[in-house]
Amino acid sequence: MQLVRWCVARLVATRDLTHDIRLFVIDPAEGDASSGSASSFVAPTPGSHIQVEVLIGGRVETRSYSTVGPCADGLYRIAVKRLAASRGGSAYMWSLTPGARLKIAHPRNQFELAWAKPAYLLLAGGIGITPIYSMALALVAAGADVRLIYGVRTAADLAFAEELRAELGDRLSLFVDAEGEKIDLDREIAALAPGGEFYVCGPLGLMDAARQAWTRSGRAAVLMRFETFGNSGRFANQPFHVAIPRLDLAFDVAAEETLLDALEKAGVAMISDCRKGECGLCVLPILSADGPLDHRDVFFSSGEKAENSKICTCVSRLAGGILSLDTPDRRA
Amino acid sequence: MADASPYPLNAWYAAAWGKEIGRALTPRKICGRSVVLYRQTDGTVAVLEDACWHRLLPLSLGFLRGDEVVCGYHGLVFDGGGRCTYMPAQKTINPSAAVRAYPAVERHRLVWIWPGDPALADPGLIPEFSRNDGTDWVGEGGTFQSLKCDYRLVLDNLMDLTHETYVHSDSIGDENILAAPFEVTHTDRSVTLSRWIIDIEPPPFWRRLLNRPGARVDRWQIVTFKAPNVIVGDVGVALTGTGAPEGDRSQGVNGAFLAAITPETDKTCHYFWNFVRNFERDNDALTAALTKGHVNDGKGVYDQDHRVLEAQQAALDENPRTPFYNLNIDAGALWTRRLIAEMVAREGDAARLGVAAE
Repeated sequence: MQLVRWCVARLVATRDLTHDIRLFVIDPAEGDASSGSASSFVAPTPGSHIQVEVLIGGRVETRSYSTVGPCADGLYRIAVKRLAASRGGSAYMWSLTPGARLKIAHPRNQFELAWAKPAYLLLAGGIGITPIYSMALALVAAGADVRLIYGVRTAADLAFAEELRAELGDRLSLFVDAEGEKIDLDREIAALAPGGEFYVCGPLGLMDAARQAWTRSGRAAVLMRFETFGNSGRFANQPFHVAIPRLDLAFDVAAEETLLDALEKAGVAMISDCRKGECGLCVLPILSADGPLDHRDVFFSSGEKAENSKICTCVSRLAGGILSLDTPDRRA
Repeated sequence: MADASPYPLNAWYAAAWGKEIGRALTPRKICGRSVVLYRQTDGTVAVLEDACWHRLLPLSLGFLRGDEVVCGYHGLVFDGGGRCTYMPAQKTINPSAAVRAYPAVERHRLVWIWPGDPALADPGLIPEFSRNDGTDWVGEGGTFQSLKCDYRLVLDNLMDLTHETYVHSDSIGDENILAAPFEVTHTDRSVTLSRWIIDIEPPPFWRRLLNRPGARVDRWQIVTFKAPNVIVGDVGVALTGTGAPEGDRSQGVNGAFLAAITPETDKTCHYFWNFVRNFERDNDALTAALTKGHVNDGKGVYDQDHRVLEAQQAALDENPRTPFYNLNIDAGALWTRRLIAEMVAREGDAARLGVAAE
């Protein structure tokens, strides 16, 4: 089990990797010095993330960002994509300049790489490259049989392409959507050695396609690993209305807030845990929806999603319209 | 800075005899980590963190189904790689759900596990321990589980055999050990203590094995420590003047004490021991007698050590005093502790800098 340990850290430097992905170099020792504790840098293993406290509309929230590379100099590196039309964590991070103080939690890993497997297929889409990049470097260093497929919308969205090319050579395949390049997942999976593992990080559409292709291949489900942030769906974020007849409540959910946040703000008692669409604790029953439901979780099966009878409120939303929900509140 | 760990984590440690691990869930604590071991249907041993991802109930309280462990509380299922393959009351599996799986290799009749960074777990680093294979050298050893002492006290014990004179006076002890010169050499991963005692009457244990009444012998003790946790002690006697010190042991009997010592906690350890020989290999009665000579309900050679080691740890707890006072006979033990400390320090540097050790 991994304890979450928070510390005060200092932003040492930033570097723009693309027009909307910025690398942040963070020194955790800085904060330790002021608190008098010993240096507490923890070398992140591939797939790790750190949590960062961000200020959103004056409120403190936490965001998780994958660490980038081995961080061999004792400084944490994360890459943050600035999300358009967002007042959220990414906008806060992008507002920071070197020297800024940050509260961070040391690395934890929920997307761990298994070692000594016969082969590895890595698939990254967009900002999903961050954990996959660290995995690729580590696997190359270990002499593993590894192949990386990296898809982006436009050539300008490519981050780490040169570094990856230098490390992987022709074991790297880049796909640029705008240039009509399509990833043939079935073929890539078929070329993976038996017992090989598949690691995926990217937008929901890519992840769904990858899972379907993996299922079609007949390979064991446990050999496919993925990490999800629940922040992408079939539709762009749009505001929508919520009605809760049981509580005689009606309120709006803004484009940049989650349904769960809006429920809590409206005073609805909720339980939740992962806040990334994995655990299923924040699920509420749907009474009706007059707009398209955008299920962004990985808790429900595709069959359950098609029923549209429940919603994972931490990540899923309505693409405009009125969503009528029930809650577990009962009279004493 | 907290006190340095008494043991490195990036190393292979014996966790069990291979014969101990079957189709049952065997819990054990290794280097402060609770693990559960079991044999999979393909014969390989799986070693998982002994705590369910969900509510931390020890998985060893659950049961095996095929190659998977079913948690005895809510039925979550984990495969030999530690990945969750079933969650109750839902159609999907949380992608984060996994327990730690430790690299494990069965070699030299022992199951070795790597408690540290799995990326560094190279089976080529398992210490050479082939005298335990049960082929050219035979013997049936055993284990002191949860021996109540710091594992380094066992290493100290084996890296200085002058104690035989006092602890084992009825079997292998001999005042002549005290007078014989010894040599300690080392590499960056091993320490070797060599002592030849020339032209003596053999002590009782060796007199019986040699079975040459009245003969005088040359006796040798060549003890090699392989950092951080294994000792092979090549020991024996040969008729004096027949060239044993020069390499001809044909007129003697040769045995070896084998020790794989695994920290359980900072103050307890598992001591996997064996005493093997390369003569009368088919003599099962002799094998049984030698095993009994070492561990026999408190009366064997190792029982005598056991008593000393636990009493020593208890005294250390009562009178914390570091370092010990040292004598010249402690050179082997001190080199041993130096190599371990260096491994721990290198590991700390590597972890701090995020680079692989080596």
